[in-house]
Amino acid sequence: MTDIAAQTKIEDIKPPRSQWFDVWAQFKTHRGAVIGMWFFIFITLLVVIGPYLWTLDANFIDIRAKNQGPSLAHPMGTDQLGRDAFSQVLAGGQVSLSVGVVAMLLALFLGTLVGILAGYFKRIDGLLMRFTDLFLALPLLPLLLVMVMLFRDSLRGLFGPETGIFILIVFAIGITSWMNTARIVRGEVLALKEQEFVLAARSIGTPPYRMILRHILPNVMSPIMVSATLGIANAIITESALSFLGLGFPSDFPTWGRLLFDSTNFMTLSPERVIYPGLAISLTVLSVNYMGDGLRDALDPRIRGR
Amino acid sequence: MADGALQEPILRVQGLKMYFPIYKGILRRQVGEVKAVDDISFEIFEGETLGLVGESGCGKSSAGRAILRLYDVTAGTIKLNGVEIAGMKGDALRRQRPEMQMIFQDPQASLNPRMTVGAIISEPLTEHRKLSKKETLARVFELLDAVGLSRDFVNRFPHEFSGGQRQRIGIARALALNPKFIVCDEPIAALDVSIQAQVVNLLEDLQEKLGLTYLFISHDLSMVRHLATRVAVMYLGKIVELAPRDLLYNDPKHPYTEALLSAVPEADPTAEAGRDRIILEGDVPSPAHPPKGCNFSTRCPKVMDICRLKTPEFKQLDDGRHVACHLMDQ
Repeated sequence: MTDIAAQTKIEDIKPPRSQWFDVWAQFKTHRGAVIGMWFFIFITLLVVIGPYLWTLDANFIDIRAKNQGPSLAHPMGTDQLGRDAFSQVLAGGQVSLSVGVVAMLLALFLGTLVGILAGYFKRIDGLLMRFTDLFLALPLLPLLLVMVMLFRDSLRGLFGPETGIFILIVFAIGITSWMNTARIVRGEVLALKEQEFVLAARSIGTPPYRMILRHILPNVMSPIMVSATLGIANAIITESALSFLGLGFPSDFPTWGRLLFDSTNFMTLSPERVIYPGLAISLTVLSVNYMGDGLRDALDPRIRGR
Repeated sequence: MADGALQEPILRVQGLKMYFPIYKGILRRQVGEVKAVDDISFEIFEGETLGLVGESGCGKSSAGRAILRLYDVTAGTIKLNGVEIAGMKGDALRRQRPEMQMIFQDPQASLNPRMTVGAIISEPLTEHRKLSKKETLARVFELLDAVGLSRDFVNRFPHEFSGGQRQRIGIARALALNPKFIVCDEPIAALDVSIQAQVVNLLEDLQEKLGLTYLFISHDLSMVRHLATRVAVMYLGKIVELAPRDLLYNDPKHPYTEALLSAVPEADPTAEAGRDRIILEGDVPSPAHPPKGCNFSTRCPKVMDICRLKTPEFKQLDDGRHVACHLMDQ
């Protein structure tokens, strides 16, 4: 039969086109997602390239210019030590964004892995879910406190003060926020596993790991996407809370959360110092949420093209 | 099948049992089992269609899936092309998969909504054949032609199709590896009546062209009459009667077969009005607690004392059919 197939003119038949083409076409139709994407790109570029253009050092102390309102020299004013608020927001954005994204990726990876394994392999389901419950039951802040106390100095020694604490924070946030993803993914997998197309793949003889990659994972993309967008927001906020407790980055190392907490004491004096980092956090989170929403729709062929 | 006895069957099932355990309580202790398939034996010869009929929940689908080793069978032997597959595991079983395929009931649920038609049909090829991309595509096109679908459909997704078209995609996937034996698990039950005929005709054409052997599971008696060469009737996990089609439809021996056939409506309204129907009393007993003796004894219109005590044997009669009923001993 293959001989006949070889004779047919393969040249004049369209080969299957890449699915990512359709995904992008669908993504473009979601206006909120496109705006969110551009805003996210804008804010990322701003915090990455910004410090090269706005060359004022975030840690330069000019005590005579303390607590100033917005001016041409200091567009967002200065803090109680006379540091330029705008450069601090830019420098803080680098840290906050990278912590948010990397911690989210780590939590997502762990959550998806645990969720899929627990849902797909019945034998380890109970064990993995009790493990998840264990993590959910842990008191988060004392745990983080202990982790930071135990590992801060050794990690600092290994990777330097900034990278060391970055790794620690990302790891601490990632390891304590994967549980919800795992539970949601497990539930979805349990439902998916009973679908006939999974049975069909079993009758074909698809081995478990390809079954997961080909049939299960693409179909649990929606909840994973939602978890991802919420995860970034969660990571940024957890990092701020840690910084506030003095467990995060050192005090001369600005992050959005740190700026926010530092500024709360001066809220009545200069409210804009709270507003700017707060606005940066909320807008970033909002744009990521919109992006995730659009991406989720674009990845579902049933919604695509509507 | 007069010469059937001489031929080696493509599939020989003996004493197949498929029990599903029931767990209850805090400790999830096994408190019983659902005897979905309880000791069935039959053979299917090359090129024939064995119809497997019975009411909902009698174990037809479980039997089909157990034969394809989608479940781990409780007991019994399944010989496909002379190879014993009931106890096979892992890679050995995987190598047998291309020999047997399945067409599913719900064409909506049996196709992955995230995969294109091309990817769905080529999945068996990527799993079992080492073909280049071009060769795979050529084979996919060939299969699309064989089931009467346009080649332009390769890039589309299952939700863009009608039920009949989706079922054709499912059939193309089942055919991809040139299997000799296909289990059709109620392939037309979820389809519109006008589409049912198309799909059944397609199945018949393919059987003729490719020399396929079907196990056709259905509760549609008239469709089975149209398609099958032999028919097996199941009740509560057991085969009660297995006979060549015409014998079974014209002269049913088992009381359950009689009752089942009397439920098929006639096309002629005058005949339909004057027809005698056998109405069975009561409900099907739970397969977790089948009655003692004959499974059908609780509802049988011709029940005798022995039926409630002894399970009837599945015996061959003089005319070649198999029946499990104490009436045959008299």
